[in-house]
Amino acid sequence: MFDRQLFIGDKVRLAAPDADKDVEIESKWTLDLDYLRAINVRPAYPLNLRLMKKHYEEQQKEAEKRNLFWWTVRLRSDDRLIGWIKFEHLNWPHGTATLEMAIGAPADRNQGYGGDVMKLALRYAFNEINLHRVGVYVPGYNAGALRFFARFGFVEEVRRREALLLHGQRYDDVWLGLLRHEWRSLLQGKDRTEDVSSLPLGEGWDEGNV
Amino acid sequence: MSDLLKGQLVRLSFANTDEVVQAWTKWDADTEFKRLLDDEPPRLLSPAQLRKSIDEETRNDKDFLFAVRLLDGEAQIGFTALWVNWSQRDAFVAIGIGERDYWGKGYGTDAMRLTLRYAFDELDLHRVTLTVWGVNERAIRSYEKAGFRREGVQRETMQREGRRVDTVVMGVLRDEFKILSAESGI
Repeated sequence: MFDRQLFIGDKVRLAAPDADKDVEIESKWTLDLDYLRAINVRPAYPLNLRLMKKHYEEQQKEAEKRNLFWWTVRLRSDDRLIGWIKFEHLNWPHGTATLEMAIGAPADRNQGYGGDVMKLALRYAFNEINLHRVGVYVPGYNAGALRFFARFGFVEEVRRREALLLHGQRYDDVWLGLLRHEWRSLLQGKDRTEDVSSLPLGEGWDEGNV
Repeated sequence: MSDLLKGQLVRLSFANTDEVVQAWTKWDADTEFKRLLDDEPPRLLSPAQLRKSIDEETRNDKDFLFAVRLLDGEAQIGFTALWVNWSQRDAFVAIGIGERDYWGKGYGTDAMRLTLRYAFDELDLHRVTLTVWGVNERAIRSYEKAGFRREGVQRETMQREGRRVDTVVMGVLRDEFKILSAESGI
């Protein structure tokens, strides 16, 4: 009748962030410029242990206020931390949020983990907290991410022309959106479901990075 | 060079917090205004709550809040605001004309032009973005007059009276604004 396991995917599971265990690993990810560039357009800035711990505390506070849903991604096989996913800008009166996710280490990308995570996250967004739409912001230079989200039904809605400045070059800031009914119709038809669940993270995720 | 903050119908100026709190207390109670401005349920903030949010928004070097005043006198008819992302030289802009007597007569367009002139001539930004409800056609026309172009539509972002409403996203680049300013002599 209902999905009973919202946090367990084929290869990964979503877990509560654990500052004691996770901070050190996530801090290391922030030394990778590709990682920083792929997730957002803020100036690259590695977070040392102390700053990452502070970041965890701040996010925890937001999560307690229900302004943020935030999980770490762990492999089911050995429980290793490989990434995170979060819904931000939760707007309850209007049923909207934005999504951010990352697979931390380069070796863990293109293994299908990201697709597994997305399947869980979107089901949570539309079936558990009943959002009407989920938005994503993608830097225009990240072609891999644009393809990745398109596979899950996200529609390119807005191009803020030349909004990003990187290495002296201007790039568009691309905004995508997915509505609940679009997600539902994508899930209907078993073939389609399997397509979605087995999607690779995209050859990928980091291919279009500068 | 003419006064950067002085337009044809209005001027921009800074306002002290008490004055802003007083004006916003009045405008926030006008739910038609408030519903056009943003998607937060109107809740009649107390002066203390307003003061706190205004102080937070203005005590830094990336947020700019202007009072929109008539050319003569000190009467405040609205506000504009810029939120700047310095590393990208990009900003979001907002505008509200709280005094209804000045709706639909070009005051808002004039205030927006002045705010863009400040963004491009004073702050040297590369572009400015705004969002507006798709149903607010009057505002969209005003923004187009000020130089904005449509850059897309975020679908069904707001729930209003049983329907979903879109957000229109508009942007103007520095070069576009410069050409428009030269042509119109503003």
